[in-house]
Amino acid sequence: MSNANGTMNLTLKVWRQKNAQTAGKFVTYKAENISPDMSFLEMLDVVNESLILAKDEPIHFDHDCREGICGMCSLYINGRPHGPKRAITTCQLHMRSFSDGETITIEPWRAAAFPVVKDLATDRSAFDRIQQAGGYISVNTGGVPDANEIPIPKVIADEAFNSATCIQCGACVAACKNASAMLFTSAKITQLALLPQGQPERYRRVQSMVAQMDAEGFGSCTNTGACEAECPKEITLTNIARMNFDFFSAKLFREEEVHEVNHG
Amino acid sequence: MILDAKIPQGPLAEKWSKHKFNLKLVNPANKRKYNVIVVGTGLAGASAAASLAELGYNVTAFCFQDSPRRAHSIAAQGGINAAKNYRNDGDSVYRLFYDTIKGGDYRAREGNVYRLAEVSVNIIDQCVAQGVPFAREYGGLLDNRSFGGAQVSRTFYARGQTGQQLLLGAFSALNRQIHEGKVKMYTRTEMLDVVVVDGHARGIVTRNLKTGAIETHAAHAVLLCTGGYSNVFYLSTNAIGSNVTAAWRAHKRGAYFANPCYTQIHPTCIPVTGTHQSKLTLMSESLRNDGRVWAPKTREVAEKLRKGEIKIENVKEEDRDYFLERKYPSFGNLVPRDVASRNAKEMVDDGRGVGGSGIAVFLDFRDAIERLGEETVKAKYGNLFDMYYQITDENPYKQPMRIYPAVHYTMGGLWVDYNLSTNIPGLYALGEANFSDHGANRLGASALMQGLADGYFVIPYTLGDYLATIGPKPVDKNHPAFEQTKKDVEAYVAKLLALKGNKTVVEYHRELGHIMWEYCGMARSEEGLIKARGLIQALKDDFWKNAIVVGQNEEINASLERAGRVADFIELGALMVEDALSRRESCGGHFRVESQTEEGEALRHDDEFAYVAAWEFKGENQPEELHKEELVYENVKLTQRSYK
Repeated sequence: MSNANGTMNLTLKVWRQKNAQTAGKFVTYKAENISPDMSFLEMLDVVNESLILAKDEPIHFDHDCREGICGMCSLYINGRPHGPKRAITTCQLHMRSFSDGETITIEPWRAAAFPVVKDLATDRSAFDRIQQAGGYISVNTGGVPDANEIPIPKVIADEAFNSATCIQCGACVAACKNASAMLFTSAKITQLALLPQGQPERYRRVQSMVAQMDAEGFGSCTNTGACEAECPKEITLTNIARMNFDFFSAKLFREEEVHEVNHG
Repeated sequence: MILDAKIPQGPLAEKWSKHKFNLKLVNPANKRKYNVIVVGTGLAGASAAASLAELGYNVTAFCFQDSPRRAHSIAAQGGINAAKNYRNDGDSVYRLFYDTIKGGDYRAREGNVYRLAEVSVNIIDQCVAQGVPFAREYGGLLDNRSFGGAQVSRTFYARGQTGQQLLLGAFSALNRQIHEGKVKMYTRTEMLDVVVVDGHARGIVTRNLKTGAIETHAAHAVLLCTGGYSNVFYLSTNAIGSNVTAAWRAHKRGAYFANPCYTQIHPTCIPVTGTHQSKLTLMSESLRNDGRVWAPKTREVAEKLRKGEIKIENVKEEDRDYFLERKYPSFGNLVPRDVASRNAKEMVDDGRGVGGSGIAVFLDFRDAIERLGEETVKAKYGNLFDMYYQITDENPYKQPMRIYPAVHYTMGGLWVDYNLSTNIPGLYALGEANFSDHGANRLGASALMQGLADGYFVIPYTLGDYLATIGPKPVDKNHPAFEQTKKDVEAYVAKLLALKGNKTVVEYHRELGHIMWEYCGMARSEEGLIKARGLIQALKDDFWKNAIVVGQNEEINASLERAGRVADFIELGALMVEDALSRRESCGGHFRVESQTEEGEALRHDDEFAYVAAWEFKGENQPEELHKEELVYENVKLTQRSYK
């Protein structure tokens, strides 16, 4: 909601922190003459331009594609990852979702496994290491069958697709009181576990990815569902259930048995 | 220097197979003795890094983002072409080749394009094997959709997120090699120069974006997979971080830059709303399968719409001009991008634009929703409709989208031969970073195809030939060229940090964008280009006097990063203008107003301009030298493109 001039004046309380080693604090800024058509990041651009003109240090935040798909932007706005609206990333949030005169609090993701890099940017490389632990199907380039030799029921392909839409932004971790990475990890595991191509490595994959997730220092899942509620891509808790099923299957049976037990 | 494209002799269909046989091989046990640097981790970079590591080479890969998966290939929406002919509708490798050559307005190499069409079928197989969840039919087999510039359905897709899914496939292959220790991955690291030793590329200089550390890396070969340069226009559909710096610094070390003026303006983007805007968002070309493009038939109706005096739904059928269907009955809304864009511009220039600014036309789904039902339309395009709604606050299920062209892709790039090698031995360019396969205009769903073709199926063969030739002797990092190049980079960074003027680099970037869009955008004239030449020179002079860069090197410094990128864009902009000036013909995305048919279509001059323009850097503030690689057509007949 804008004022009579069609613009908005806002107060920002922004987390400033030089790096992971130093303590951070909130600093207050004014954002003036903001158009309701601006995206949230464009509003920050305006603030940063004025800081640079005053030879001050601009507020650092991660961002890149600005169309909700790269997963780089990661702001905790008024106590919620990616702000007040459902199913969008920070870069898709527009100022029309705020009111003239409002005070907006902006923080980085808060999680031990995501140390602050600077100001609002965090180090999410733990997610990459979880993927590296097994988030793939081991095929080399070339020598694969014709694409249509692997028929997949449409419902299964669609379900796998839903899991595959995860953008690795980390909102699930930021939303979770335990800073658990179960939703993220389970989305990749589920995508591959649903597809016929993913079967040969299915039970090894779940064990190695879960082990890496634990090693990174993410918390445990207590099924509160905050991750699902805040996920910009609406990844569901069903993924966690599927991952748990595969994980326990892998623990209960030897590898040569588990395929037969679950699929025989 | 005579540019040798090294296109193999012989019939078109046999060139690549024969060439593959003639290329030298590296013995499996020797592969681990070679180091290869891959810069950029989009479709081309991730697929190349993974495939080369699988073969046994030691790969070091770099990206400026915090994870390789965030490269801008992730944002490609519509799909990827492949000549599978799964639809039984007459597709073939030759037809995909022909459509691509024609779509590129006869300014691409036959040999390259045929190879691209040939390996397209392998790409789909590879991606499916990796677990890429392409759209399927109820029978369990893959679905296809149609795209512009083709009359067959050969586009494979994953809802409106095909680039994301393909990149995640390549990313997963890359992760596997990182896990196995065959790829060493550097994130948040930007390449700032190439190290050239005795005429061969032997390494790069990078800046660690977290600590500011400037470091050298040595290798037997360097692959630039660093994407395109659309952000020279400031507003484009590229990510904010997408930049030309790696390619441009390579250019300044001697690599030729080819056809820089060939840029693609995508017809269906969400229009600009104000000066605060930092980027433009594309609405996938696939929407033109079902959406109908129109503008009001008269200026009067357009004006009433702009003022809100009438509602869109009350515009009578006879007052709507479906101008693409009217002018191009056989291709209709699916004409190639350059044609669709220019026609939208004509409507706006004629005073028939819509929306508050008048700089937009409609893309209307009313008839599709009536014919197919809202649910079907939602299943096909749901995420695109949501994105549009989010940005504009207008519901596209209820009222037509407002669209306008925006810069989306650059066909120009580093000059490469058939082996993807630049003119500097050991330096390769893949994907959008090279110039090679799209001529003067790229067809929809061909960028993903080319990025993955280069990375999965071309470079693993051609690089081996070079490496076998030079032998596995370790690269000497003590060669003075490494230290010297590092010093050059440090001096350049210091020069940027010394800028303490009164204007932000973003402001310079915005001004550059205005100049490029105005004079080197959808329509170009000699007069405008000459004006742009002066404006860019003045902007450059002013930048080095009055720009502000804050902070220091030894920290995260977005202001410094942006300054370096903008400085390179300014120089590239100047070269684009020279290239556009020297090409006194219209072709594809390059429309010179002096060269058009009576109907206002692009008019080529094949007798004079059937060449690749490859520019050589001759020193700071010196005119660049133009080298011409003649384009030889042995299989297709050059004709005036017609989509009527």
